[in-house]
Amino acid sequence: MSNVPPELEYTDAHEWIRRLPDGIAEVGITDHAQHALGDIVYVELPDLGRTVSAGEACAVVESVKSASDVYAPVSGEVIGRNDALETAPEAINQDPYGAGWMLRVRLAPGGGDAKTLSAAAYLDLLGKESD
Amino acid sequence: MGRRTVLFDLHRTLGARMVDFGGWDMPLHYGSQVAEHNAVRRAAGVFDVSHMGVVDVDGAGSRELLERLLANDVAKLTAPGRALYGCMLNEAGGIIDDLLVYRLEASAFRIVVNAGRRDVDLAWIRRHAAGFGVTIAERDDLAMLAVQGPEARALAAKLLAPAQAQAALALAPFHARTVGEWYVSRTGYTGEDGFEVMLPAAGAADLFEALRAAGAAPCGLGARDTLRLEAGLNLYGNDMDEQTDPFESALGWTVAMQPVTRRFLGRDALEAIERRGSARKLVGLLLLDRGGVLRRHQTVIAPGVGEGEITSGGFSPTLERSIAFARVPAATGTEVEVGVRGRALRARVVKPPFVRHGQPLVS
Repeated sequence: MSNVPPELEYTDAHEWIRRLPDGIAEVGITDHAQHALGDIVYVELPDLGRTVSAGEACAVVESVKSASDVYAPVSGEVIGRNDALETAPEAINQDPYGAGWMLRVRLAPGGGDAKTLSAAAYLDLLGKESD
Repeated sequence: MGRRTVLFDLHRTLGARMVDFGGWDMPLHYGSQVAEHNAVRRAAGVFDVSHMGVVDVDGAGSRELLERLLANDVAKLTAPGRALYGCMLNEAGGIIDDLLVYRLEASAFRIVVNAGRRDVDLAWIRRHAAGFGVTIAERDDLAMLAVQGPEARALAAKLLAPAQAQAALALAPFHARTVGEWYVSRTGYTGEDGFEVMLPAAGAADLFEALRAAGAAPCGLGARDTLRLEAGLNLYGNDMDEQTDPFESALGWTVAMQPVTRRFLGRDALEAIERRGSARKLVGLLLLDRGGVLRRHQTVIAPGVGEGEITSGGFSPTLERSIAFARVPAATGTEVEVGVRGRALRARVVKPPFVRHGQPLVS
């Protein structure tokens, strides 16, 4: 069973959002997503300072199997990126909610209002996908 | 639902992620494809390869039939217990399948063919067998395991009685023999030393579990694919098919054009291709730029020469870089560009294998 920490928010595209202080959101892909992708071997992150809109493809994760876009779950400016993933992309497999974080975004006014799922709702979605 | 090997339930029990391969439900990996790959390069891994087709060709005319059917020459199998890799061609020189042929006895051979080509191959063989006085038997009663890696042979030998172990360990590369219930060969598809073991299907799960208990990591098709790619070994359906010939598939070395008196199927077409020269060749690529992973069907641009296409690509765990095979114009030089997600990335043209016996051969 996938690990779905209760304190995070989720999207139906299998990203997670952690609300940090000062209107900043941390973003990554879920345990379910990393498991489905298999061993991750390459990660491409957006440049610092780039403005992303919720739903926009903003990063790429390539696994042994395939390349997948990662969609911004919120709107705002990219103020942090996990450059350690460049040499250790497997951190996403090993610790998707910790060392495998991908971006930090300073939310635009209203930028965090995008429709996200609670942990319970995301678990529900996973249950439906596996049916 | 696809066809299942006798080990299907065991794979599920071991947590395998299953995938369709040539109409068969097979394990892709049991957790981490990269860890399985590394286990084979550094120690040992065990693969279920029972989806492959085993066909016995028996009878007075079996050698003559195979001399007609195969582009490599079974006359090279001068004694029972020898094995040979080669292609079976159509009249146009296109590759129907690539296979291993073992000489079991003076007039008995065993062929191991690709899972997805079993039915096509059998129909082709039967069609051409009339008049040769042979029986052709698909050995669905057998399962096949591959145990591969620097420690694989020693680990497998531990499961045998001392005299049998000694006999198995004495096998030279591309040699095989019967050892108890096993037909064991020193062959494989990984670029590492190891055995392939054919045995009665009923004993396959016990052998798989015994090899696991002895230290072999269970490995799926994902690792099998990256291992064979690093080892420079073609995959049927990716790197060659009925529309491509051995010369443009880096398999010219498996075609025995001598003696000229051996008129094997496809020979006339290959002679014509030899005279005019191949327009394309299959090469290895090593990605130089960062920016993604080389994958099948990506476009390859040879500056000033033309375009080609990647036939197999992926991430090499041993080299920690992306590698590929590509079919490109014959005049392609030493560097190309590959279209990866809208960008042109530089790749160096190399001659496979990329890795052999755990050691990188390119840098």
